This record gives sequence, structure tokens and C-alpha cells, in this order.
Amino acid sequence: MNYFREGIVWLNDPLNWTNPGGLLDRLQEHLSISFWAVLLGCAVGWPIGIWLGHRGRGGAVVVTVANLTLAIPILAMLTILPLTPLGFGKPPVVVALAVFAVPPLLANAFTGLRSIDPETREAARGMGLSGGQLLRQVELPLAVPYLAAGLRTAAVQVVATAALAAFVNGGGLGEIISAGFGIGMSNGGGGQIVAGGLVVAALALIVEGLLAVVQRLVTPKPLRAVRRPRTTEVVPAG
Amino acid sequence: MAGWPLAAPADDAPGNPWFSWRYVHDNADTLLSALQFHAGLTARAVIVALIVALPLAVVAYWIRSLTGPILALSGILYTIPSLALLALVAPLVGTTTDTSVLIALVLYALLVLVRNALAGLTQVPAEVREAAAGMGYGRFGRLWHIELPLALPAVVTGLRLATVSTVALVTVGSLIGKGGLGDLILGGFRNNFYRAEIVTGAVLTVALALVLDLILAGLGWLLTPWLRRRGA
Repeated sequence: MNYFREGIVWLNDPLNWTNPGGLLDRLQEHLSISFWAVLLGCAVGWPIGIWLGHRGRGGAVVVTVANLTLAIPILAMLTILPLTPLGFGKPPVVVALAVFAVPPLLANAFTGLRSIDPETREAARGMGLSGGQLLRQVELPLAVPYLAAGLRTAAVQVVATAALAAFVNGGGLGEIISAGFGIGMSNGGGGQIVAGGLVVAALALIVEGLLAVVQRLVTPKPLRAVRRPRTTEVVPAG
Repeated sequence: MAGWPLAAPADDAPGNPWFSWRYVHDNADTLLSALQFHAGLTARAVIVALIVALPLAVVAYWIRSLTGPILALSGILYTIPSLALLALVAPLVGTTTDTSVLIALVLYALLVLVRNALAGLTQVPAEVREAAAGMGYGRFGRLWHIELPLALPAVVTGLRLATVSTVALVTVGSLIGKGGLGDLILGGFRNNFYRAEIVTGAVLTVALALVLDLILAGLGWLLTPWLRRRGA
């Protein structure tokens, strides 16, 4: 537990928080990268998932996409994308993370729309709702818990994976850990490594907790206890 | 490795091609040993995780009040980012051995395996359990002869998911130079953005994942002959 104590000592030094490139800087980088990645993932995953779910086909495509991304190492995306026209800096990191945010968003949106009782749909049709009205007034509101579940999974995963951006100097809290390894164990890097690990782990758990609350708030009461729309397997965070 | 085509294709042009047979040919030994290390580490991680996960799933299945805590604990371990796990484990175990990577990988594979095994066990119909009890099976006999075989498809599914994601996760170990093919990916990036090295490492990683997935799928097919007869 020696290194653990060193990690706590490191965290208790205010300079480690406020220095340029210190914890606060890295935290802000981490959150902004994660935010844009999740936003991009939503912009891609939700419309496709909702559309496929509305039309009621493409389930095989959704499963295939989810399984394929499981096999792609995030490290490969992080190293390959900067060499494309995207260039270096934040954009390739955001895109790489978004690639892994899409499957849970897509799959949950699809499941959410597919799991609506067909009788509900028929009733809405019988009331004279058009396809668009059905989608907006019936299907989307009923799918909100699933969309929230997908968002939670994707966001937690992105926040966790964003730590790996440090491998390609992409910023974020991972930089604290990799800098610690750079210093070396014998030179007191151990404390910094542990401190970075603690902060990254805490951030992931906090985001998970917060979004679990959000998911609960947007889920209508009758649906809460009966089924938990965490349908899709979570893709491990890089 | 004389099997590679020696005639240089067009993409071997000077500059920085995305893929180059010459790179593959010249570095066959490095590639092979990285692949071997990667596959070995994956196998060890998944096997250890399975050895830990199965008893956990059985305990969670037998003692209902432990189901929640066991799933919650493995869920928390799963939420913790792989890099953080590595950062917390490596200083304790040592930054020069692959044991720290192995521990992080095992902790990570646990949730998928426990959850799937438990799902498989709880799917065993109550009538089947009663019939087994009526035939005189005890708790362990029932588990071994009835419940585990019936849960096998779910366990194999979990095993496939865990294996594929572990193959991708091993690359994170390149932080301490124990990432197998990930070392190639990161090495290529650091080596003045050597595209051929990066892409070869990435392609081999994905290929390894797919091959292992196919092998496990085949194994599951062999182990569950009763599902085939039904035409499922």
C-alpha cells in the first residue's frame, strides 16, 4: 500500500492540481474531448438507430456493427486517424472515441423503438397518425428510457476510453498516468501513476452514477421497477 | 517466412504507404512473436477469468441474496477504465512484468463472464430442475449434469465476448511495453508515424480477435450437440 499512500500525498499537493498541465487542466481537456465525442456519437447513432427501429428492420446490421467495433482496438483508431486528413490534435481523438460511442447509442435506440408493443402502434395508426406523427408522438417518448440507457453506457465508455488519448499525446487525464510512467517508479512516479489511476476511476464512477440518476429521472415511474433497459452488452472501454 | 510475395507491389512506393509487404516480410519474426505474446496473454487472461467467474456465477445462482452484490462489484470493476486499473495494479505488481496487464485484463473480463454464466443458469426451467431433483440428483450433481450443460451456450457467448474484447484490450498494455501487437501500433506511431507498422499491428489484432471468436464458436458448436439436432 506504499504507492497508494504516495498517490494520496500526490493528490494532496495543490500544485499538482493547479500547475499548467496539472489535474484541473487535464480534467477540463478530458471532459471537453468526451463531450464532443458523445455528441458526435449521438448525432450519428441516434438518427440511424431510430430510423431502423421505426422501419423495423436492420437488426442484423446493428448487431454486426456492435460486434465489429468490439474487435477494433481503440489504440489503432487513435494512432491511425491522426495520419488521415483529420490531422493531429483534438479532432482525431474525438472521432476515435465517437466510433466506440456509436454502437451502444445505436443499439439502444433500435431496441427502444422495437420493444414498443405492436398494439400501441396499431392504436396510434387507428387514431389516424401518420408515420412521422407516430414517431414523434408515440415511439420517441416511449423509447426515451432506452435512449437514456444508451447515452449512459456510451458516455461512461467514452470518459473511460478518453484516458487512452494520452498514448498519442491527445491530452486528458491519461497524461497524468503516462507522465508518471515516464518519470519512472524509482524516481517517485509511482505516486503520480496511482493518483492518475484514482482520478480516472473516480471520474468514470461519478459519470456512471450521475447518468444513472438521469436515466431514472427520464424513465416514467411504471417502467422503473419492471424492466431495466440496459439491453445491450456494454462494449469494454478500451 | 519465405512464403510472402517478394515482388514488391505498387504500394511499396517510397514515402509512407499504409501497407507494405516488404515491412511484413522484413519483420516477420517481430510480428510473429508479438502475435504469439498477444494470443498467449489473451488466453491466460480469459482462462483465469473463467476459472474465477464460474464459481462466482454458481454462488450468485445458489445464494440469491448474493446475486446483487456480486454483479454490482464486477460492474464497478468493469466501469473503472482499463488504463486506471493498469495504473493502480502496475506499481504494486511491478511495471516490467506482464502480470499487471494480466490482472487488469482478468478483472475486466469478469463481468461479461459472470453475467452470461448467471443468465444461462437462471434460464434453466424450473421443471427441469425439479425433474433432476426427482431423479435423485443432489445439488452438485444437478449443477454438473443438468444446469451447467444447459447454461453452456450462454457461457460460450460470454466467453466469445470476453475473448474478443480482451484481444482489443491487450493493446493498452503497450503503456508499459507489454501490449503484444499494441506495442507495434504504438511503436509505429512513435517511430515517425510509420503507417505500415501501425496498420499491420491493427489488422493482426482484429484478425486475431476474429479467429479466436470463430474457434470458440466452433467449440461451442461441438460441445452442444443437442442444440444441433433441434436445428437451432
